[in-house]
Amino acid sequence: MILQDVLTATIFAATPLLLAALGGLLSERGGVVNIALEGIMLFGAFAAAAVTLWTGSPLLGIIAGVLTGALVGALHGTACIYLRADHVISGIAVNMFAASGTILLLKVVYGTKGSSPQLGSLKLLGVPLTVHLAVVALAAVPLVWFLLYRTRFGLRLRACGEYPEAADAVGINVHGYRLAGVVLSGVLAGLAGVFLVMTAGSFAKHMSAGRGYIALAALVFGRWRPVAVAIGCLVFALGRGVQDVLELEIGIPPQLSEMMPYLLTLLVLAVWPLIRRGRSAEPPAALGRPFVRG
Amino acid sequence: MTRITVVVVVLALALSAIRAGKEEAARKDVPARVAVVLSVGGLGDGSFNDLAFAGLKRAITEFGVEGIVGEPADHAEDEKYLELYAREGYDLVVAVGFLMKSKLDKVAPHYPETKFLLIDNLSDCENVRSYSFREHEGSFLVGALAALKSKTGTIGFVGGIEVDLLRKFLAGYVKGARYVRPDIRILKSWAGSFNDPVKGKEKALAQHRQGADVIYQAAGATGNGVIRAASEEGFYAIGVDANQNHMAPGSVLTSMVKHVDEAVYRSSGDIAGGEMSCGILDVGIAEGMIGWALDKYNAALLTEAMKARIEEISAKIVSGEIVVTPDLPGEFE
Repeated sequence: MILQDVLTATIFAATPLLLAALGGLLSERGGVVNIALEGIMLFGAFAAAAVTLWTGSPLLGIIAGVLTGALVGALHGTACIYLRADHVISGIAVNMFAASGTILLLKVVYGTKGSSPQLGSLKLLGVPLTVHLAVVALAAVPLVWFLLYRTRFGLRLRACGEYPEAADAVGINVHGYRLAGVVLSGVLAGLAGVFLVMTAGSFAKHMSAGRGYIALAALVFGRWRPVAVAIGCLVFALGRGVQDVLELEIGIPPQLSEMMPYLLTLLVLAVWPLIRRGRSAEPPAALGRPFVRG
Repeated sequence: MTRITVVVVVLALALSAIRAGKEEAARKDVPARVAVVLSVGGLGDGSFNDLAFAGLKRAITEFGVEGIVGEPADHAEDEKYLELYAREGYDLVVAVGFLMKSKLDKVAPHYPETKFLLIDNLSDCENVRSYSFREHEGSFLVGALAALKSKTGTIGFVGGIEVDLLRKFLAGYVKGARYVRPDIRILKSWAGSFNDPVKGKEKALAQHRQGADVIYQAAGATGNGVIRAASEEGFYAIGVDANQNHMAPGSVLTSMVKHVDEAVYRSSGDIAGGEMSCGILDVGIAEGMIGWALDKYNAALLTEAMKARIEEISAKIVSGEIVVTPDLPGEFE
């Protein structure tokens, strides 16, 4: 009974993390650092809420959230790839822009700075949309793995992240592949934002609440590999689920589960080089390095 | 160069003349000028700040005062706003929220002619009126109602961040529930955030799976997730601060109402009437500043017996027969 409660809580807590972390993975395996996940989620969430309220159709809301995520991803990608901006700074800019930009939009569209109005029923075929999205998130794990390791696109994307000069030498459009990676990243992070809105039933300012950063932690925890990253997300979410349930049985302070993702990530960063004899937790070799055709 | 300087000087003079004229006009026409400095979060929080604004709007229509609202972007700006309105000669400057105290204590002594109103904290300054609400009394009422309504014998509480202010809400809730039903089981969760409705929903669902069928939330926007969970899963939520019954008609059992609007409205009336007393006002049900919400959205959820029982308890709190203290029973620490 309690086990089932914990599992249910875990899967729903893991869904936005999985989507955002797999998104971050596609961007970073192509060589573009993406700490903008948090901001992309917020924009995707706002778009999903606004379009659902406007059209009355949650499906259109989902599409809007995904497209908005892709657009913001493209913005971040363009800045990093073509304008050679520092990836971290561009990402921070996106996050800050999203944090205040969505509040401004709330003010302009709904006249408030707190939350949007409540959305209506959020079901598809009699099942809550959050369940559909949770299935999509779980299915995304093997799909991203397949894309990266079993398709020509994936091979080329990884080449752009590891050794762009070599990729370029064999005629791969490095900038194009990197941009595609960041845009896909935006699609998945936008979908993570959609999930938040479909769960809460409205948009609230700052509602991503650090999930984009936890997803980044999962990305490092899983050393940029889809299955390991997914396990990271599930472990972090399990912490949340256990916390939600155990807090009711025995009072454990919520701060404990809040810090767990970061603590575990630090542990992986510190311990991995020890067990792999000095090899660091190997990010893609060209991560964060702009590619200039020589 | 000289020509530009002349133009600038003339413009500046003209502007200041217009402004002075305006201020003079304002002083003549209105009984008082009231400025409200909101706490971070600003308008649209569906609760605290919106209530303060509603009180100001009522004062503008009913007393004819002139009003302005300041929305600091973060706590560092609070002092700037308080100072600004005091300097501009507003008769009453309202500081909303307990975090404003330290800033108000700095600003108020410099403007002895100005009156200040502090909501949710206590100040010793001579020209400040402070309102301290006995939220535990209202929480006692909704706790009693939750216990009366619960079929499972388990009810819940989801709080935002564990601070003393919110512990008063939990304390009253627990005591009220146990007053009508000593064997009631009460679950509590702290979400750790006021801006995470997703987490609020997760906490509420976890409590619901453990049997809770009425859940009281005091958690800002995080609490919206609790109300959402109630409407989707078919249990009851209890609103807080403002009347939130309308947010999910039929799923919000009642709301614990804290009349921040009354505090702003009454004080504006006092200042417009020429005399506003200062000092600390400790207010609760007896003063009509704390209560529970009954309207068309929740009327069908309550039986006559329940309403009568809550009114009876409310009357007993007013008469002093029931004394609700804000301390938390040990097992909820």
